[in-house]
Amino acid sequence: MATAFGGENGARVPARGDALGRWVGHHPIAALAVAVAIIVVLWLVLAPWPTGFEDVFGRKRLFINAIFNGVTLGALYFLVATGFTLIFGLMRYVNLAHGSLYLFGGYMGYEAGEWTGSWLFGFVIAFISCAIVGMAMQFFIFRRMEGQDLRQTLVTLGLSIVFSDLMVWVWGGNAIQIDTPDYLMGPTPTPIVVAVKSSGEAVFLQYPRVRLVIFVAAVVIGIGMWLALHRTRIGVMIRAGVDDRDMLSVLGYRVQLLFILVFAFGAGLAGIAGIVGGTFQSISLGEDSHFLLASLQVVIVGGMGSIPGAALGAIIIGCAEQLGQTYFQNYATVLTFVIMVIVLALRPQGLLGRR
Amino acid sequence: MTLAQITASPSLGEVQRSSTLSRWVSQHAAILLLGLVLLILPAVASDFIFVQVFGWAMILGIIALSLMFLGGYGGMVSLAQMTVAGVAGYMVAVFGASSLPYVSLFWPWWVAVPIAIAIAVAFGALTGALSARTEGIYTIMITLAIAAAFFYLTLQNWPIFNGFAGFTTIPAPIAFGINWKHPLPLYYLILFFAALSYVVVLYISRAPFGLALQGVRDNPRRMEAIGYNVTAHRVAAYAFAALLAAIGGILMVWLNNQISPGSTGIDASIDLLIIAVVGGLGHPIGAFVGAIIYVILRTFALDSLVAIGLDGRRFQTLIGLCFLAIVLFSPDGVIGLWRRWVARTRGGRSAS
Repeated sequence: MATAFGGENGARVPARGDALGRWVGHHPIAALAVAVAIIVVLWLVLAPWPTGFEDVFGRKRLFINAIFNGVTLGALYFLVATGFTLIFGLMRYVNLAHGSLYLFGGYMGYEAGEWTGSWLFGFVIAFISCAIVGMAMQFFIFRRMEGQDLRQTLVTLGLSIVFSDLMVWVWGGNAIQIDTPDYLMGPTPTPIVVAVKSSGEAVFLQYPRVRLVIFVAAVVIGIGMWLALHRTRIGVMIRAGVDDRDMLSVLGYRVQLLFILVFAFGAGLAGIAGIVGGTFQSISLGEDSHFLLASLQVVIVGGMGSIPGAALGAIIIGCAEQLGQTYFQNYATVLTFVIMVIVLALRPQGLLGRR
Repeated sequence: MTLAQITASPSLGEVQRSSTLSRWVSQHAAILLLGLVLLILPAVASDFIFVQVFGWAMILGIIALSLMFLGGYGGMVSLAQMTVAGVAGYMVAVFGASSLPYVSLFWPWWVAVPIAIAIAVAFGALTGALSARTEGIYTIMITLAIAAAFFYLTLQNWPIFNGFAGFTTIPAPIAFGINWKHPLPLYYLILFFAALSYVVVLYISRAPFGLALQGVRDNPRRMEAIGYNVTAHRVAAYAFAALLAAIGGILMVWLNNQISPGSTGIDASIDLLIIAVVGGLGHPIGAFVGAIIYVILRTFALDSLVAIGLDGRRFQTLIGLCFLAIVLFSPDGVIGLWRRWVARTRGGRSAS
């Protein structure tokens, strides 16, 4: 099994720079389809819709709101799933307690926010507390069953059951809403036309500021992670570990320390996402499995162990969920499920995953 | 390597070793004794004990057996088996009778049940086809995602699945002059199918298909090289497991008289995995052992937790901790504990 996972990963890695060009060269039809899809979506978002068009597809405001909600939800999913995929990519077990870490971060952020009155301080507390829990899990439990991926996964499952029950004990079953701070309250005008009045005046979209800020923050975190992975020494170590961790440890690097750091970082990101989720929606019992599912779907669609894949998968799953809820409520989950099935059928390793 | 460590107990060598006479007699003595106890149980126990405890445990055992079959012989730990059971249960409610006249079609049981089983098997085979293309630990991710997607579908969908309310009043049919709704016939029906599925799984594990499946588990590449179609074996295993799970799911609906998203949700799927792992993926009986432990804990832990001064609502923590203890200290489950104990009492001869 170990060879099936680790051995083939590093076999043939195309140079980063021309990967896109090579992909286009190899798959001209798929590339054309992607380009057309991007242009269509851009047109749908940017251009004012012709009147006949709105009769068929409903109001543009509805569509734009679904897309914006989907993309910002995707930002939240990215924060959760990126830690999940990083842990999976490096340590090769599925952290089924990731949803519990998300929920725990949300609760800790809520408590910190109530206590100090600062929304931002909550992020620090959530990150640190989840990172400590993650480090403890890696240090005391997973380190002892190195390489036994099924057993480690089962342990995370047991831990998630205990964690979620203990959290119900402490915080009860009621939903908790984290208040948006005043400076992020209210709508922000955007330069996107949703409708044209009869007088010819364009109506622009107003969108909640906090969601836009979170989206920008997620993008910044994503770019920061990309830079850290590709421009720093520890990033090189992590990428080498994803490709072949046995070889990394043979070369004398302290793989266990790396595992603990990555687990702490991934858990911390889940904690941060908990606050974001508590601000967007609410945190409550059952949200842990919701976000575990979201991470699974994002990682399956985007590619297992790939951070750009997590970003792509998060946007796709977020948009699919929101569009589904807007246009066919009874079958909204079927849409994400169908996307997952198509990806698994055509590309079992995920859109941006490597075999 | 690691999947094999946990799931490799029923290896080819062991099947042959266990056919020595003394092993055969002792193993079958235990099973025959258990069968006898279960047969006469209704005469000595109350309705509640033999239906709600043992009947329920045997149903969970059948569904867990499907997981054990996939995990133990196929090396594919699927979290979607409860979902397959749920699909069968929902379909029985949709095609058969329920309290929802505008959803249910009220077809007779001999039409509704085969349709429900066929749909569940097709669903199981699809699950298998999706996850069989990836390997090892991915299976858990993909099957869990499928299970969760089905859970949220049943929760959000009103036209077919009636949302979070689900279906109630789904009676077991009246067939061959017997009303299977009554506790006693229902108990024996469950017992019959539990015994049947146990024997069939045991038989298949030694039949060519089962042996090939174990070969695929241990070394897919070598099996591929000597001409076996690995993917086809895996998908067929999923389809057979789905048949077991579907039978369990229909019995579950008849026993509980209702089905809702909660009965097939993520928690239920995870509980099923716990049952299979606690019992042990090494032998078909493990599924039933795990199920009876789980049901007894579930039924009596609440009271006993309160009795020793703890909060009865911390039941999930207790289950989780038991599960953790088994995974940490005896990865092959209670069956593994039992085997080691037997090996030790028989002296150092067979000790490893």
